[in-house]
Amino acid sequence: MNDHAPESINGSLIRLEGITKVYGSGPAAVHALKGVDLKIDKGEFVAVMGPSGSGKSTCMNILGCLDTPTAGAYRFKGVDAGALSRDQRALLRRNFLGFVFQGFNLLSRTSALENVELPLIYRGVPARERHAMARDALHTVGLTGWELHTPAELSGGQQQRVAIARAMVIEPEVLMADEPTGNLDSTRSREIMELLCSFNRDRGVTIVMVTHDAGMAGYAGRIIRFLDGLIDSEEPGGGYRP
Amino acid sequence: MIWETFVLALRAIRRNVLRSFLTILGIVIGVAAVITMVTLGDGATEQVRADISSLGSNMLQVRPGQGFRGPGGVRIPSERFKISDAQAIEREIAGLQAVAPTANRSAQAIIGNRNWPTSVMGSTNDYLRVRDWPLEHGRVFTEGELHSGRAVCILGTTVVKELFGDQDPLGAFIRLDRLSCQVVGVLSSKGQSSFGQDQDNMVLVPLRALQRRIAGNTDVEAVMVSAMDGVSTEALREDIERLMRERRRIAQGRDDDFHVRDMEEIVSALTSTTRVLTALLGAVAAVSLLVGGIGIMNIMLVSVTERTREIGTRLAIGAREKEVLMQFLIEAVVLSSLGGIFGIALGLGAAALGAHLLGVPFVFNPGIVVLAFVFSASVGVVFGFFPARQAARMDPIEALRHE
Repeated sequence: MNDHAPESINGSLIRLEGITKVYGSGPAAVHALKGVDLKIDKGEFVAVMGPSGSGKSTCMNILGCLDTPTAGAYRFKGVDAGALSRDQRALLRRNFLGFVFQGFNLLSRTSALENVELPLIYRGVPARERHAMARDALHTVGLTGWELHTPAELSGGQQQRVAIARAMVIEPEVLMADEPTGNLDSTRSREIMELLCSFNRDRGVTIVMVTHDAGMAGYAGRIIRFLDGLIDSEEPGGGYRP
Repeated sequence: MIWETFVLALRAIRRNVLRSFLTILGIVIGVAAVITMVTLGDGATEQVRADISSLGSNMLQVRPGQGFRGPGGVRIPSERFKISDAQAIEREIAGLQAVAPTANRSAQAIIGNRNWPTSVMGSTNDYLRVRDWPLEHGRVFTEGELHSGRAVCILGTTVVKELFGDQDPLGAFIRLDRLSCQVVGVLSSKGQSSFGQDQDNMVLVPLRALQRRIAGNTDVEAVMVSAMDGVSTEALREDIERLMRERRRIAQGRDDDFHVRDMEEIVSALTSTTRVLTALLGAVAAVSLLVGGIGIMNIMLVSVTERTREIGTRLAIGAREKEVLMQFLIEAVVLSSLGGIFGIALGLGAAALGAHLLGVPFVFNPGIVVLAFVFSASVGVVFGFFPARQAARMDPIEALRHE
C-alpha cells in the first residue's frame, strides 16, 4: 500500500465502478450488490439509506475495506482497494478510516482514554504522545473529565462520543458511521449528529453514514438510497442545520 | 507494541482473576510437584553424601556373594569368609589403616525386667577405627578378651538409654539372648544413618564371643576395611579383589563370588533410586502440564469467543492478523508463565517445609527452576497458538455482528 498515492484524477476520494457482491454460488447465490457506481468527493457528508437487505451494509463494508467486491473496481485515493490483501486493507483502515458503530463497540472494563488510544497503539505511537492525543480527542467530543471512566459508567451518548473520539483520533480521511444514532434517544442523536457535522465542517472529514432515520439523514449533504442491490436514487440532503 | 500487548494480556487476566487462577492451577500443581520433589531429592542425596563422608568415605566392605545386581541377577552360592580371610587382607594389602572382620546377629538385650531388641555386632577394636567411632566412656576390648572371646560388650547409646535410663551401665551384666556379658564401654552417639537406621541401637562384642556363643559358627560375614589417607579406595578395591580371587581360587573369566563395596557405590545406588523416582515424578508432572495446557487452550477458546466483538473492533480499526495472533498468544503465555512462577514459588516453599520436617538440607537447584519456567511458558505457546489463530483469522464483519 502506498501512503502517498495520488488523489484520483477527478478529485474523487472514493470511486465505485460496477461493484457487485455475490455470496455463495450456483442457484443459492445471493446477489447483494448488482453493479453499483458511486463517487464520493473529499469533504462530503453522505447518508446511505435503504431497507434492510437492500445492499447498503454490504456496500459500507466494501467502502470500509472490511470486505472485497466480487467484481468491479473500488478506488480509494486512486488505489485499487479491491486488489489489496487482508493485511494491506488492515493498514489502509488503520491509516485512513475511522469507524463508528451502532453498538459503540468499546472495549469493556477499559477506560475511555485507553479505548481512544487503541488505534494509536496499532500505529505505534509512543505512550506519552498517545495519552496527549487521546485526551485531546476526548476533549473535542466534550468528555473532558471522563477519561478514566469505563464504558459501563458512561451513558449511551457518552459511549458513542468515546467511539467517535476513537475514530477521529487518527485524523482519518473518511469516517464510516454505521447507524451511529441507532441506539440513542432523539436528544442524544441530535447531539451526536451535530458533533459529526462539526467534524465534517471544521476538519473536512469525509463522512459516510448509514441510517434508517430520515431526520438523521437530513444532516447530510447528499442522501443515497439503496434498493435491491442497486442505488435507487440520490438527492441532496438538508446540509448543516443551524 | 509487544509491551502494550503484554500489559493488555495482564489486564485481561486481572479482569477474570478467579477464572485465570483456576486455569493455571494445573500448571501450578505440576510445576510445584516437580520443584518440590527435585529439591527434596537433591537434599536427600546431599544428606547421604554428607553422612557417608562423616562415616568415612575411605571405608570398604568385603562380603561373600555378589553385589547389587538388580532383578534377574543370578546368585552364585558362595563360600563364607573365615577369620583367615581378614588376616590375609591385613597381611597382604598395603595402604590399610584398619581391618575389621565382622559378624552380626539380632538379639534381645535384657536386664532385670527390661528388654530391648538390638543388633549385636561381633568384631574387634578395629571396627571402631574403621568406622571412626570413639567411645563415650569405658574402655575398648583387651587383647585377651578378643582372643578368648570373653563375654564383654560395648553398648550403643540407644541400648544404654533403653536398658539403664540415666544409670551408669559400666560393670553391669546384661543378657544378649542367652549370653550374659559385662558392659565395659559405651559408644558415642552417631545418630540416624542415611538409610534411616538408628546406628546407636547396637551392642559390640568380641567376634569370637559372637561366633561361639550366639551364632554358633566360625563365619565372618563381612570384612570392613579403611584406607590410609591419600590411598585411593579404587586401587585398594582392585588389590582386595585380586587377593580374594586367588584365595577363593576363582578361574579367569568367572564372576567373583564376593564383592567389595565402597561408599561411592552405595551413594550411586541411592542416587540411581532417586533418579528413578525423579523420572517417575517428571512423567507425572509432564501429564499434569499437558492437562494444564489443555485447560489453558480451553479457556483461551472461551475467551476468544467471548471477545469476538472486541476482535472485530480491533480488526476494523486496523489490527493485522499477526497482531491479533500475538495478543492472544501472549495472553496464553503470560497465563502459563504465571502458573510457572506460582508453581515455582509454591514448590520451593513446600520443599523448604519438607526439608525442615524431614531433616534434610534445602538444596536450591537453579537449573530446574529455569527449566520449569521455560517449560511452562512453552506450554502457553503450544496450547495458546490454536485459539490465537482462530482469533486472528476471524472475519471482521462477522465478528462485529457477533452478539
